[in-house]
Amino acid sequence: CEIKQLSDCLIRLLLDRRDGTRTSEALTPAAAARDEFQEELVIRPLHSGDIYASFQFRTLWDTDFLQEGQKVSHYRLFPKSLGQVLSKFSVRELHISFTQGFWRTMQWGQPFIPSPPGAELWVWFHDTVSDVDGNWKELTNVLSGIFCASLNFIDLTNTVQPSASFKPLGLGNATDHRFLRYATLPREIVCTENLTPWKKLLPCGSKAGLAVLLKSEKLFHSSFHSQAVHIRPVCQDEQCTSKAWELRQTLNVVFDLYTAGQGKKEWSLFKMFSRTLTEACPLATSSKVYVDITDNPELFELSPATPLLSQAVVLGDRRTYSVFDLTRAETFGQLRSLNLLLRWKGDGEMLRPLLHAERYVAGFGLQTGEIHTVIYNNHPYRAFPVLLMDSVPWYLQLYIHTLTVTSKSRDNKPSYIHYQPAKDRHRPHLLEMLIQLPPHSMTEVTVQFERALLKWTEYTPDPNHGFYVGSSVVSALVPSMVAMNTNFTQDQPLFSSFVPVKEESSYFVRVYTEPLLVNLPTPDFSMPYNVICLTCTVVAVGYGSFYNLLTRTFQVDEPSLPLAKRLANLIRRIRGVPLLT
Amino acid sequence: MAAPLTLLLIVAVTIRAVLFRSSLAELISARVEVVSPLNAWKRVVEGLALLDLGVSPYSGDVFHETPLMIYLFHFTVDYAEIVFIVSAYFVDCLSCFLKPLDRAKMAINSNYLKSDLLFNFPGCCELISWFITIIVCLCFCKFHFLCTCKYTDVRLCHQIADGITALALYLSIQTYNKDVFRKQKYALESDRYSADCLELLRSPKEMFYIPLKVAMFYLLNPFTILSCVAKSTCGLNNAIIALFIFCTLKGSALLSGILLALATYQSIYPLTLFAPALLFFLQRLYIPVNLRRSSFWFFTLQYAFMYVGSLVVITGLSFFLLGSWDFIPSVYGFIFSVPDLTPNIGLFWYFFAEMFEHFRLFFSCVFQINVFFYTIPLSIKLKEHPVFLIFMQIAIISIFKSYPTVGDVALYMAFLPAWSHLYRFLRNIFLVSCVLLACSALFPVLWHLWIYAGSANSNFYYAITLLFNFGQILLVADYFYAYLRREHHLTHGLYLKKKDGTEATLVLK
Repeated sequence: CEIKQLSDCLIRLLLDRRDGTRTSEALTPAAAARDEFQEELVIRPLHSGDIYASFQFRTLWDTDFLQEGQKVSHYRLFPKSLGQVLSKFSVRELHISFTQGFWRTMQWGQPFIPSPPGAELWVWFHDTVSDVDGNWKELTNVLSGIFCASLNFIDLTNTVQPSASFKPLGLGNATDHRFLRYATLPREIVCTENLTPWKKLLPCGSKAGLAVLLKSEKLFHSSFHSQAVHIRPVCQDEQCTSKAWELRQTLNVVFDLYTAGQGKKEWSLFKMFSRTLTEACPLATSSKVYVDITDNPELFELSPATPLLSQAVVLGDRRTYSVFDLTRAETFGQLRSLNLLLRWKGDGEMLRPLLHAERYVAGFGLQTGEIHTVIYNNHPYRAFPVLLMDSVPWYLQLYIHTLTVTSKSRDNKPSYIHYQPAKDRHRPHLLEMLIQLPPHSMTEVTVQFERALLKWTEYTPDPNHGFYVGSSVVSALVPSMVAMNTNFTQDQPLFSSFVPVKEESSYFVRVYTEPLLVNLPTPDFSMPYNVICLTCTVVAVGYGSFYNLLTRTFQVDEPSLPLAKRLANLIRRIRGVPLLT
Repeated sequence: MAAPLTLLLIVAVTIRAVLFRSSLAELISARVEVVSPLNAWKRVVEGLALLDLGVSPYSGDVFHETPLMIYLFHFTVDYAEIVFIVSAYFVDCLSCFLKPLDRAKMAINSNYLKSDLLFNFPGCCELISWFITIIVCLCFCKFHFLCTCKYTDVRLCHQIADGITALALYLSIQTYNKDVFRKQKYALESDRYSADCLELLRSPKEMFYIPLKVAMFYLLNPFTILSCVAKSTCGLNNAIIALFIFCTLKGSALLSGILLALATYQSIYPLTLFAPALLFFLQRLYIPVNLRRSSFWFFTLQYAFMYVGSLVVITGLSFFLLGSWDFIPSVYGFIFSVPDLTPNIGLFWYFFAEMFEHFRLFFSCVFQINVFFYTIPLSIKLKEHPVFLIFMQIAIISIFKSYPTVGDVALYMAFLPAWSHLYRFLRNIFLVSCVLLACSALFPVLWHLWIYAGSANSNFYYAITLLFNFGQILLVADYFYAYLRREHHLTHGLYLKKKDGTEATLVLK
């Protein structure tokens, strides 16, 4: 598999080099659809002393791949490799993320775009697709080549069709979850080879603009790294008369500069990325750096200071940002380079995230166990419902009758349960439920499972390391402290406009729990020949003894005559004398 | 005989009730030796939970009971109170009604010959009255050990199943003994036995307690008790097989066919019991086993029709209950292809966990064929002794089936007292008993070392299952040998002489 993946990668890289000229060609026929590119970096100092940097690159293209009879062949900003994949497999929406490390919600708050550890892929197919599973299989293999990741390990045994947790984020009100596929690979390790193809999808590559900061030796020297691609159809304008395709490439990284910097709470772009910014991407219509200064100036000081301030309501909280517009020359000052610098002055109290979840395995021994999922509602007075989704591999046999949901030590019956039991070696368990979380409470969901003994060829090469179970997904509309912005405007910062806001009073949050590592009983891998021989021996003992008794009869044991007597008898027979006995 | 049997039932029920109440029950119900994926109670509850959720229990791979079973439990659990009240009401009515009837019957019986009293066949009403005794015992227990658990009443079900099995075995062996004695008398009268084998003949005195011993071997066997306390549905399957044996020995071809179909429907393997049942009926009706005789074919087809007909009806019924054929791959496919490799006391799990993938199909055929393979040669060899053939078949099923549990072992072990007259010919009964006892003790120990302590690996547990099966094979083969040898001695005399007049030894040639 590794070899196949490598060769896939090589082919991909060669292909990319061949059409790498696409940006420089700049052939823009008059008839071509309008497209635009925006880039954005948000830096949020976290109260733990860590720095959260979130890159977003958005390509908007006013065209429709999926329209009948229209063959799209002119690509300008939108990467051709993805465009072709979208049209070939009739993808309506595609979300893929690669994450190294675990987002610590309790210390860091909510991320702009959450993602589970490992790889996650969810796709809504167009409702004209007849063979969804076949398309999904091919799509995962193609994406595996594009991103140089082990997505080809996604098959029916780890794919589920959530009924409620994953709604389309773009246009269209699809509810038929037969066209949805969701899979995670919690074991996937994300590294440079995934970052390089991801950067190649950007119109400026990593040559100009914000992408120059994306140096893998720094990005992967961090507490958390997550890169994602989200493709969805969106409205072209406020009236929503026609459809545009949106490609969002996001990269979130949390640097632990506090411990790395000998306990000094200060950072700069150069310290984080070992680069400074010198220009915007020439193809970008907007290129901005936002620094969250809501707690300024009590806690830290930012230099160079900027007069531009922007306010945005994000994740139920009104935040103030300093904005550095890279398209304007004065941003770079005399040195022609922008290096943001920030010094902390003290500690502050962080707003506790309203929703938070964690998960662990309980029990001992290798026979049974219990999965505990704990969901916290930290809202002081509002109760709200959450959707919990669990996808558990088939080799952990869940017993749904042992499912208990308790809040405040009282039974809390889920108002909706969607359960699809696993089929051995064919599909995983899918458990989705709608739980009402009482205000300021801890809700515990437990379910028992039994560990299966697998065939010796089904174990991973390091079987005693254990098997990963993907994160549970908690999705909720959390009541907001401030009124959310429901207006659709183009000039909203990208990070606040990813999830469409439908109502003012609440905002959508998705929380991923830790993936689980579960040990399974193992056979002795050195034994196959011995086992086959020994078991067959026992069966043969059974066969032999029955065969013996069935085919033979009892007879009196007459000892045969000694050799001398037999010889004598031979002679006697010839002579016709009575034989000896 | 009634008093000891009642006492036995009460003791058995009390032991089970006490164990149900103790904390051991939960421990026992998780033991892999006692429950298999096919009959674990936990999985039945899971199936019921899935039904409640509106999901087909066969859509997953946890539930492998047959549809009739799940609907039986669905009904029992949902309408437990009604079932209980109705049964209690019936008990009251019937016991009032049957007591005088029973007494009258006893009075008639006492007028018969003294020797016949031994084989006095308890009629249908006696069976019912026994049944009632059990229910009364259980109701008594229920009142005393009432628990708040939703599935309490199912314990009643399992206890009743065990009681029925024991009772059916008791009555079967009683009938069988009567039969044996009658045949022995005829053989003696027609001088078919050799003169010096008088000590091999069976006396009414030694046969008197055999049915009770059989019931005791079943009810007080730790394997049965464990199986019942774990609420394994194996007890119910045993009850069906025991009732099948009872009906066969009573000569009711229709009931026997129906129960055999039910047993087959439950776990497919009892299919092989068709041959001994057929042989028994042929013998009973004095039809010679001759392929050229039309009467033989007529009866065989008749019996086969009853069997297949009821099988079709039962399967059709489950289809209509469930509305789909999902249960066929989920129950029978599961039995044959052995996808679940959870350790058990059988030969399959480790073998198929360690199997090379491209040989899997070949070896699953080879291993499955073992159960069916011996049927024809055994039927030919034992065509005069169908009851022993039944014992052999049940033993072979429990050794070579894909998901055996100790409950299956307990069923054929219950027959051992019926062959107590073979004891003098058994060659290695001491060794085998030691092996089986040691293995039974070592199962939990090595399981603990492997799964919990982590200081042993799967090979330890596998070695014990191997030895246990080896012991079982030796045991069955030994009884087979002893049976054949006794038959040989009956016709050829006990003290065989060589030509030169010295004492001879018998060998298999």
